[in-house]
Amino acid sequence: MKLITVAGPPSSGKTSVIIKTAEHLKKSVGKIGVVKFDCLSTTDHAVYARAGIPVVTGISGNLCPDHFFVSNIDDCVQWAKGKGFDMLISESAGLCNRCSPHIKNVLAVCVIDNLAGADTPQKIGPMLRYADIVTVTKGDIVSQAEREVFSFRVRQANPKASVVFINGITGQGAYDLSHSFMRSTDVDTLEGAKLRFSVPAAICPYCVGEMTIGVDHQKGNVKKMSFQEVSA
Amino acid sequence: MSADLLNIPFAVITDEHPYAEDYFKSVNITDFDTELTPNEIISSLDDNELAENGFSKDQIASHFIEFIAQASMLKQTAFRAVESITIIGGQDKSGRKEDMELTLVPGDILCIVGSTGSGKSRLLADIECFAQEDTPTGRTILVNGKPLIGEDRFRLENKLVAQLSQNMNFVVDMSVGDFITMHAVSRMIPDIESTVKNVIACANDLAGEQFTPETALTQLSGGQSRALMIADTALLSSSPVVLIDEIENAGVDRKKALELLVQKEKIVLMSTHDPILALMGNRRIAIKNGGIAAVMETDDEEADTLEVLEILDAKMMELRQRLRAGERIGFDMKKYFGLK
Repeated sequence: MKLITVAGPPSSGKTSVIIKTAEHLKKSVGKIGVVKFDCLSTTDHAVYARAGIPVVTGISGNLCPDHFFVSNIDDCVQWAKGKGFDMLISESAGLCNRCSPHIKNVLAVCVIDNLAGADTPQKIGPMLRYADIVTVTKGDIVSQAEREVFSFRVRQANPKASVVFINGITGQGAYDLSHSFMRSTDVDTLEGAKLRFSVPAAICPYCVGEMTIGVDHQKGNVKKMSFQEVSA
Repeated sequence: MSADLLNIPFAVITDEHPYAEDYFKSVNITDFDTELTPNEIISSLDDNELAENGFSKDQIASHFIEFIAQASMLKQTAFRAVESITIIGGQDKSGRKEDMELTLVPGDILCIVGSTGSGKSRLLADIECFAQEDTPTGRTILVNGKPLIGEDRFRLENKLVAQLSQNMNFVVDMSVGDFITMHAVSRMIPDIESTVKNVIACANDLAGEQFTPETALTQLSGGQSRALMIADTALLSSSPVVLIDEIENAGVDRKKALELLVQKEKIVLMSTHDPILALMGNRRIAIKNGGIAAVMETDDEEADTLEVLEILDAKMMELRQRLRAGERIGFDMKKYFGLK
């Protein structure tokens, strides 16, 4: 099963990007599932359900969303495998710019929007700097000049990533992204897999710099998800 | 570009790559001895402090090499030219074949007409992603007579299309001069100062009302913003193809705007409902039910039509000017428009 992690600041258009990309993927990939990580509440599961995409939600509550993500992402993989999915896409909001949810050897996507201002690519940390693909949204409402400056700044912040512009409303550009999703590698388990960069500090092993995923490393203040699917 | 770069004194690197310093600034490294090499500068940094800010030494070093490589490539390809773009038909929403092939060369203006939802944006999207019979329309787009295949198709360097639409606004809070300078810097233009001057002069020529480099972007009127966007796209954007979604009539000399783009050897595709704009193109295509229903050359009769429409347009413009000047316009309109 292919796994893709999508992260980005709140309201940057992650859900729209995933749904528009999934429309293209449906033709070539079999079953696609989404796991949505959020902090307090989310209504995006209804949006996914309407688009015909199976989704589960994980709410981190008072925990650092990144720590919650690391403690649960392998469970998500096992759930998705049990469901017979061919691709699992995780969506998580990067709330502080120090967020770092990307995993080595797992395709990592960062979604940011053009409205965030020209300095934003420099301000966002590992979430952007360690991503394989940076997706830029809301280009339809800013000038061509601002789009060009923005993409230059993104390249400066992460010269190794490819930059894809997507219009979340019309889906323009989503075909390009779906092409990259297809090239992601298969994942069987994340047990032992490594994060690309340590997550922000907070009171479990991950708070003090643990980077290995797995049950043995989940001690202290660990919170697990319940896998309840929502139907349309 | 290789790891050797890390062992060359910084001052030597900046001679050839002035943007190198910009990269270090972007990762919060300022105030260093330029006689040192990047390796020496990076290894003197504090690991803990870097981690706190989400950086690491390895990453800064490898990104630096990559950035310099990409930036020098960008500089070489600052203004790319395409010889032609070819659209090969696919099918419409009901599966009816579009039996057409259309080649556009620099200086061409192709207008796209059709009702809302007919599939105009889909055609523009096909061009933007160089469709290879793999989009819903099944169209193929060729560049210089050949398909772009494999990874080439998705590289940002190969993105050929600049877009201009009525919904676009400037969102940054800067002066016009600073903003255009920022754009020129990111485009690796050699002569920044005169380019910036040129863009602003051009924009002022397109807009009725003048603005200066000190004017804030947010203070520009709708017409001035549009004029600046057009001038900037014509003179500063690397994209050889410009997609325009309607240019409103107020405050911009549309004819001059199109002439400027054509003169800069752009291929212009413009979706419009306006008869004047539609006839300004050499050709137009009509879109119906997601498919290209007709390709029409602007003929001699239509050229005559355009002449009359332009006279009427000028008269409308004059009425606007009078309104603006606080005058009354209750005089004999039938006579004014030559209707009797």
